[in-house]
Amino acid sequence: MSLVGHQPPPIFKRGPAPLARLMLLVCVCLALLVADLKFRYLEVLRQGLSVATYPLQMAAAKPADFVRNASHYFATLIQVQLDNADLRRQQLGSGERLLRFEQLEQENQQLRGLLEMSQRVGVRSVAAEILYNAPDPFSRKVILDRGAQEGVEPGLAVVDAKGVIGQVTRVYPIQSEVTLLTDRNQAIPVQVLRNGLRGVLFGSGQGRLELRFVIASADIQPGDRLVTSGLDGVFLPGLPVAEVAAVDREAEAFARIVCEPLAGIERSVQVLVLGRAELPPPLPQAAPAEKAEAP
Amino acid sequence: MQPTNRSSRILLPVKLWFIYFSLILALGFAYVPTGTFPGVPDWVALVLAFWCIREPLRIGMGAGFVFGLLVDIGQGAAMGQHALAYVVVAYLAGRFARRLMWFPLLQQALHVLPMLLAAQLLMVIVRLLAGAEFPGWLYFLSSFTSVLLWAPMSFLLLLPQYQPVERDDNRPI
Repeated sequence: MSLVGHQPPPIFKRGPAPLARLMLLVCVCLALLVADLKFRYLEVLRQGLSVATYPLQMAAAKPADFVRNASHYFATLIQVQLDNADLRRQQLGSGERLLRFEQLEQENQQLRGLLEMSQRVGVRSVAAEILYNAPDPFSRKVILDRGAQEGVEPGLAVVDAKGVIGQVTRVYPIQSEVTLLTDRNQAIPVQVLRNGLRGVLFGSGQGRLELRFVIASADIQPGDRLVTSGLDGVFLPGLPVAEVAAVDREAEAFARIVCEPLAGIERSVQVLVLGRAELPPPLPQAAPAEKAEAP
Repeated sequence: MQPTNRSSRILLPVKLWFIYFSLILALGFAYVPTGTFPGVPDWVALVLAFWCIREPLRIGMGAGFVFGLLVDIGQGAAMGQHALAYVVVAYLAGRFARRLMWFPLLQQALHVLPMLLAAQLLMVIVRLLAGAEFPGWLYFLSSFTSVLLWAPMSFLLLLPQYQPVERDDNRPI
């Protein structure tokens, strides 16, 4: 409102000054960042908006798909034959181990029955393929080609042939995002296979892992294998995770333990999304079929 | 409007839909999954800076905010990370718009480089504060490759506004 009570002419009305607008938007952005990184409030907003950007994303993914398929197409016959021979050899080895495994499983069940312990249950799993690394350079994440439609849920464990590679953190309709174990914000509860010592394994950058909060005098040495402890209820117990590479006991209260992942975390392509350890659901078709037959 | 203020070519006025169309196209390029390959240009920042310099009255920080959020969603980055960076790019570009229009394209590109670097530096600071891993110095290569594209992109984005050269010796300008 000017001095004599006139409105300013419309050519001068441009809203708040640029610096004021900048400050306002920067504050909004910082609030969004805190809400997302600190409290994870914005997953709903992200899912909603991602529906809108979905067509554009699908169109943009086409060139990458094309390049991937083309490289498959031009894989040479020799390469395929080598792969085939390799797989046959592996199958022989694992077949022999499977035979023993079945017998051991039987024995385990009988022993558990004798001890009246609860039975271990099978889990449903989804085979998936890693499409590409997530574009965010600050984290270590990959995108899988299976999503909510195939039953992938946030929090599920992802393994390859040699061990755990990470955990599903976000699920889209036909894709999902997996945070690798080497990400700085990823943790997994483990125990030492040799003596059952428990600890929590964190990503430490540069493709390495670090076992934290283990007392400096603990019985752990380079070469020990770490497997999941299953205490979190997310990862199944006993999955191989990492091998201890170096133990530094000179640090303060806790030892500094550097580990190497066992699975090909940054290399593998074919992976398995493991379901939660729970009882399989009852068969849905059985009841109506019986009713139909009864009259 | 002229290609730069020293040029004697007169351009047609820009169409608002073309500005947004080019931004959406840049968004599509930003969604192409290139993994962690270094030196991929930041298409949205580049196109946004271009239009904020050319048309500071039509487009500004609001568009930077919205397109930043869309990039965050598509790339799975933290919400608000690119929005913050693009708001700053739009502010700086609008702030220097009048000065920049007097320079030829190569010198414009030299002015745009610090804006893009500032945006990337902001993103690094924000994510490092949140406990992420430093992505390595090659991360900043992206600004340099973006700036290399400034001149060809200016030509392409102004293409709809060019009109045939009139050979008229009596024209005043």
